[in-house]
Amino acid sequence: MKEKHTLLGWITFLVFLFLLGPLVIIIGASFGPDNYLTFPPNGFSLKWYENVFHVEMFWTSFKISMLVALLGIVLSFLLGIPAAYALSRYQFKGKGFFTSFFISPIIIPGIVFGYGLLKYLVITYHIPIFPGVLIGHVVIMIPYVIRVISSSLMNFDYSVEEAAMSLGASRLKTFFVVVLPNIRSGIIAGILLAFLESFNNVDVSVFMTGPGVSTLPISMLNYVEYYFDPTIAAISVLFMLMTAVLIAAIERTLGLRFFTK
Amino acid sequence: MALIELKNITVAYDQKHNILENFNLSVEEGEFVSLLGPSGCGKTTTLRLIAGFNEAKDGQFLFKGQDYTKVPVHKRAFGFVFQSHALFPHLSVYDNVAFGLKLRKTDAKQIRTKVMDILEAVNLKGFENRYPSQLSGGQRQRVAIARSLVIQPDLLLFDEPLSSLDANLRVQMRMEIRRIQQELKVTTVYVSHDQEECFSISDKVAIMNKGVIEQLDTPPLIYKKPKTEFVARFVGFENILPMTGSGEGAAPLKAKDGTPFVVEGAAGMKGTVKCAIRPDDIRIAKDGEERGADNSTAGRIQVTTYLGRGYQYVVETAIGEFLVNSHGEAPFGHGETVRLDFPPDKLVPVD
Ligand SMILES: Nc1ncnc2c1ncn2[C@@H]1O[C@H](COP(=O)(O)OP(=O)(O)OP(=O)(O)O)[C@@H](O)[C@H]1O
Ligand SMILES: [Mg+2]
Repeated sequence: MKEKHTLLGWITFLVFLFLLGPLVIIIGASFGPDNYLTFPPNGFSLKWYENVFHVEMFWTSFKISMLVALLGIVLSFLLGIPAAYALSRYQFKGKGFFTSFFISPIIIPGIVFGYGLLKYLVITYHIPIFPGVLIGHVVIMIPYVIRVISSSLMNFDYSVEEAAMSLGASRLKTFFVVVLPNIRSGIIAGILLAFLESFNNVDVSVFMTGPGVSTLPISMLNYVEYYFDPTIAAISVLFMLMTAVLIAAIERTLGLRFFTK
Repeated sequence: MALIELKNITVAYDQKHNILENFNLSVEEGEFVSLLGPSGCGKTTTLRLIAGFNEAKDGQFLFKGQDYTKVPVHKRAFGFVFQSHALFPHLSVYDNVAFGLKLRKTDAKQIRTKVMDILEAVNLKGFENRYPSQLSGGQRQRVAIARSLVIQPDLLLFDEPLSSLDANLRVQMRMEIRRIQQELKVTTVYVSHDQEECFSISDKVAIMNKGVIEQLDTPPLIYKKPKTEFVARFVGFENILPMTGSGEGAAPLKAKDGTPFVVEGAAGMKGTVKCAIRPDDIRIAKDGEERGADNSTAGRIQVTTYLGRGYQYVVETAIGEFLVNSHGEAPFGHGETVRLDFPPDKLVPVD
């Protein structure tokens, strides 16, 4: 006979309620026909979904978000892969320091970090807005790239590298033909994670964006300052859908275990 | 001229102590040389130095008389077979074997012929499309060997290639390795700490101890005539008998109680001389039977153990404690007095 944990059951229920409740409300509200957010909705309409594509601000900031995320992925991988490789392959002085250093953007609160970037990049060095946003995003993507790549390198047998060299491959060639193909799933998962991290980011973006250059979440914030119609709910639902698809893709390449490690 | 020559090589992993120091080794073309020694004595280090994975702090490595000390790994055409096989997990058996040929820009048709030929030689025909994870340990090992052989290496290096296989397969595979090596006449340096394995397939065996080769000889010579106490103990000479040599007479050596000893090859030896003898070679008999004046001593049984094919005794004598094996039926009991005879041709003087 199974033991019953009534209390545990209630706690689980409450957690789900708090986690999923707001989502249910947003999804419901997004289909409402009224000009303001209501729940439960007084009918069913897709007009707010249509409206999402008519708000120009969303469209331009979506393109910027995409551009920042994609360029950010390229840059963070160019920096992150060699860093992860060096950290897992070699023993050297200060290894612990570098490991913590690369992971630190996860630990430092985004607001603090965003403010710091604003102060240095924009106020002190007058970096233009777009490169500023990009730099900010690269920095917050790198820890994810390094973590994912490092964990797939952990299962990599480095004697395979030596085997390739003994067969005539140079160090660089070995890296491309032997190391990279064997951490493929880590790279795919890293791309997806980094994309999510960048695309959903608010706290760093809020400091770094400015006139004419805004990411999608920041445009959404701006939108709700002036409008209360369910367009924002509709775009949130689209956002959730995209995130769910990407998470499912990560789950297929790495397994969700990765997040709980 | 030797194919490879290590001259006064020093290798260290840290600043403090050297793993190899003033290390010398030369291997002739076509030879199969094994490095044998206890764990941590520097076998892998030596092999990795030859392959180019380790750098020499000092000394020179010559290949065909050319200085190869600083030549990077991928410019030395040496095959290396790892203990862990180190197959490329993302490539099929075919592509694993073809890897080195593709790097050499061999044309596709020739690659195909060569790969198929070598797979046939290692009995892996029909496995080309499998991935390493779909192979047994022995099959992986053969792929690893085929992959190194197909590039027609100038030298083949093995680091305990069979240690992950079970006993039956080990015997089968070592013969396979020897057969392929002799067929292709490729110079080979082989590392193992399995004595039987090294002795059975090598032209020469180097016994290593703490970063030094104590003896490099043919297997029968090492087995019968170890040169140093370490080698003697390593190959099963469990008894070391210290004696003093006067350098003259028919029995020039004397044990510490003055018993004279005749030892083959000890003529003219002076000072302290250590002689090694295997437990199987000491003859044990009941005391009181007539015994000659030389090469004999009386003793008392301390411990008796059963070995299956016979008994082993620890015998306490005036000239030391000895381990003795006998095939006799009735064992001598504890405390019984016995006589030990040391045949002159079985005592081997060692350093
Ligand atoms: N990468 C390394 N860093 C530091 N010390 C090392 C390293 N590799 C080996 N050593 C040390 O060098 C010595 C020789 O090691 P080596 O691997 O050559 O031994 P081996 O003869 O191959 O032993 P085994 O039979 O156990 O494989 C050992 O004392 C070992 O601890
Ligand atoms: Mg070793």
